[in-house]
Amino acid sequence: MKEFFLGRLTQDSLPHDWVTVGGTGTFIAMFLFAALILTRTKRWKWLWNDWLTSVDPKKIGIMYFLTAAFMLIRGGIDVILMWVQQALSSGSSHGILSADHYQQIFTAHGNIMVFFVAMGFIFGLINYIVPLQIGARDLASPLLNTLGFWLYIGGVVMVNMFFVLGGQYAATGWLAVAPLSGIAFSPGTGVDYWIWSLQISGIGTTLGAINFIMTILKMRAPGMTIWKMPLFTWGSLFSMLMAVAVFPLLTATLFLQFFDRYFGAHFFTALGGGDPMMYTNLIWMWGHPEVYILMLPAFGIFSEVVATFSRKPIASYTANVLGMAGVSALALSVWLHHFFTMGASADVNAFFGLITLVIAIPTAVLFFTWIATMHRGLIRFDTPMLWFLGFVTIFTIGGVSGLILAFPPADFQLHNSLFLVAHFHSNVIGGVLFGIFAGISYWFPKFTGFRLNERIGRNAFWCWIIGFCLSFVPMYILGIMGATRRLDHYDAQTGYQPFFILMLIGGLVIAVGVGLQIIQIVASIIQKGNLRDATGDPWNGRTLEWATASPPAFYNFTVIPHVITRDAFLDMKRLGLPEPHYEDITMPKNTAVGIYIAALAFLVGFAFVWHINWLAVVAMIGIIIVFVIRAFNEDSEYVVTAEEVKSIEEARIAATAAITKKSGAMSEQEDMSVREFVIYVYDFAIDIIRNKKWKSW
Amino acid sequence: MKSSLSAKQKNNPSLGRTLLRLGTGLSAFGLLIAMLLRGKNIAILDAKGTIASQQRGLIFYVLTVILAIAVPTVILLYFTAWRYRESHSTATYHPEAKTGKAFIVAIWALPTFVMLLLAIALVPATHKLQPNKALASSTPPITIQVMAMRWKWLFIYPDQQIATVNYVQIPKDVPIVFDLTADEAPMSSFWIPNLSGQLYAMTGHINRLNLMASENGDYRGRSAEINGAGFAGMQFTARVSSKQDFESWVDMTKQSASTLDKATYQTLVKPSENNAVTAFYPVDDSLYADTVMKYMGSHDHQMTAQTQHEGMY
Repeated sequence: MKEFFLGRLTQDSLPHDWVTVGGTGTFIAMFLFAALILTRTKRWKWLWNDWLTSVDPKKIGIMYFLTAAFMLIRGGIDVILMWVQQALSSGSSHGILSADHYQQIFTAHGNIMVFFVAMGFIFGLINYIVPLQIGARDLASPLLNTLGFWLYIGGVVMVNMFFVLGGQYAATGWLAVAPLSGIAFSPGTGVDYWIWSLQISGIGTTLGAINFIMTILKMRAPGMTIWKMPLFTWGSLFSMLMAVAVFPLLTATLFLQFFDRYFGAHFFTALGGGDPMMYTNLIWMWGHPEVYILMLPAFGIFSEVVATFSRKPIASYTANVLGMAGVSALALSVWLHHFFTMGASADVNAFFGLITLVIAIPTAVLFFTWIATMHRGLIRFDTPMLWFLGFVTIFTIGGVSGLILAFPPADFQLHNSLFLVAHFHSNVIGGVLFGIFAGISYWFPKFTGFRLNERIGRNAFWCWIIGFCLSFVPMYILGIMGATRRLDHYDAQTGYQPFFILMLIGGLVIAVGVGLQIIQIVASIIQKGNLRDATGDPWNGRTLEWATASPPAFYNFTVIPHVITRDAFLDMKRLGLPEPHYEDITMPKNTAVGIYIAALAFLVGFAFVWHINWLAVVAMIGIIIVFVIRAFNEDSEYVVTAEEVKSIEEARIAATAAITKKSGAMSEQEDMSVREFVIYVYDFAIDIIRNKKWKSW
Repeated sequence: MKSSLSAKQKNNPSLGRTLLRLGTGLSAFGLLIAMLLRGKNIAILDAKGTIASQQRGLIFYVLTVILAIAVPTVILLYFTAWRYRESHSTATYHPEAKTGKAFIVAIWALPTFVMLLLAIALVPATHKLQPNKALASSTPPITIQVMAMRWKWLFIYPDQQIATVNYVQIPKDVPIVFDLTADEAPMSSFWIPNLSGQLYAMTGHINRLNLMASENGDYRGRSAEINGAGFAGMQFTARVSSKQDFESWVDMTKQSASTLDKATYQTLVKPSENNAVTAFYPVDDSLYADTVMKYMGSHDHQMTAQTQHEGMY
């Protein structure tokens, strides 16, 4: 009876390891703290109505950012644990973690960083910026967007579930390659958590991608032909097209693996006629394009940043777009280079090696268009531009090592080594993460109405660069010394230890960089009066997102602009902004359907992890019921009348005027330094304690 | 807006100072790395076999060609950024500057040309260094059957009738044929970086890896592919010796070792970690073939198993 209701969930499966108990404690403490604040400030209703059920892509974007930033710290703690283990675990010492635990940590690190950090940030940026760039008030399907976001949250909760509810995470590496991930070699709950975490968030990605393709293709402002689209929109379009092409493959592969594990099927098992090599092929047919799904929007961000800060239109726009098109098309056909070592014939290996070389051509074209854009420009070096320069160096290092790996005979030596790990981190950190940082510092004034602190931003940038070199140069060298990845222990005679210690030091420097980025945001909030941008256009922008207020009204544009050239907003500034006139605006209503469906989908996954069949069936029926009820709901939109729009706009204009009068357009006062920040926080704390200010809370 | 920028520029150290700092930092870091590397086995560069040294040569060729285009491109990018910086001069600013057709042709042609240089090397190198390609030599090759298990390596010398765990000895300058398979283990990867690149060992498959050592010594070998809890300890020593030493080692092993029959094998195949070196003699003749066949499933598969593998080579 108990087994019927609770499946394999027993008291033994609750957490008892010190790390997991600590993690559970932290999670619970954080939730209690948040709940306390919400209750004290009576914000529960506000949270639900204004944020959680919102269909506004800008709010969903912000929620993506917050989740991804939180997960970046979560995944970063994993790194520090791993590198402490590797720095210590030489010879007779075995470090602080067991092999199994160490393997769970690097698996979680990979999944979290790719799915929940990089994807989260990229989807957040696409949500916030793409509708603004194409001059749209909303997405093609607002419901699909909130559903996609909440499925992503479902994946986030699932990947952290083993902390709270116990069991284990997968100890298989981030792609859980068969037959290691099969029931024979991984009998615990770990791989099941892995399957359902990726399954739920992956379906969310597919839905989100369909929505953005529709939005970009169908909802552009009048006059914006496809060849006038901003480059970030282009990068996002290619990225989403790739996502639609390959994420269903992931979904199918995960279902097959689930059938193997749950029903004893033999798709990927070693015995019984299964073929583990098929799993390797399928997972990489999705896994390789996945990296480019992250990379293409980042390329788009860099194009926007370079053009804006060079104060020139992007040079050879068509070549840039074709370059991105080439990268995305080729990225779909190189998957086999991830396993040259599996024993295919020389012809097969050579074919995939050649395609991998070809992918360098459109990538190089992008670099040349950026150089040409800077040529004869007037370049400002604000932090977004610094991240671009950092990207150039580190991504080039990653590209050079990647081309070496494209040669099958060289790959036989370097595959599965730390050289390979250093290679893809060069591309993902240098390319994707720096792209995200460039994008966030570039668009931050749009999100908040004030720009980020430049001085602390620079400090953070240099910590990232120095930390990156300290960790990843030794990692390349370790690979060349023959150190394989994922080692929880190694012999003292190998001589690896000093390099692992250097990696750990570099990791700590990067951690300082992340800390500075948090300080940067806090310091900017403290100084926001000085950093305020009342114009909505702090960088003399070229594209339509800068034509709106910062932050934009929930309907984005009072008047939908007419686009003449690629630099649509630059034209508007040159020819004079259109006379504001107010009209009725139809907007989608908030809905909690996304939350309900995602919660039920989470329950399906949870039930399958613990073999609680009744719950899985009930939750699946629940999803269908919610879907049908929603399908009959025709009351999903409302009208903002012209008067309401007028009063909102006039209030905003008055507020802007007041700010401008008070502080001048952009203050001359210098940005706070880290030292000044520390002094400020110290004084603030002393003030609270001395004057017993907490009593008024 | 201009004035706030010039205030910011004051914080920027001059280019000379930045370059000096960067240069000092990088040289110090380089020196530290060089010091730490002294006397260490840098396996992929210290190639001790014909295959490994060809692979090293290929890595250097690719590196040279790519750096020849990548380094100038990055320097050009930095130079352009510096040359057209705001504080320098507004005289050169020309926002309407257009790129000509020649530029477009050049930016596609230049990388295409470099990739052609690489492609010309890639295809023949891939065929030449295909792991299952037999090595040309006047000496007849020695075959060693390798089985990856959780979490140890079993080496069977079919001609010598001996078997070893986590230790393999081979004579210098003699072609060695490793026939890799696995039993009751996830995919593993067989790698002796000083001697040659790696290849996967999988149940139901025989992957053939040829190599030839050129210098005596003890080299580290291990699984490069994650395969469970005992992964880190799944390593072995590959000893390269003279032909005479090899033969006397075989004789010695024959005298001191115990039998490897099906019963012993059943104990051996059970999961175990950090296994000590062990040796067996004699070895059941059908052990290896039976292990491969075990994973072939249906009757139909068994009939074609042999031909399939030949086809793969």
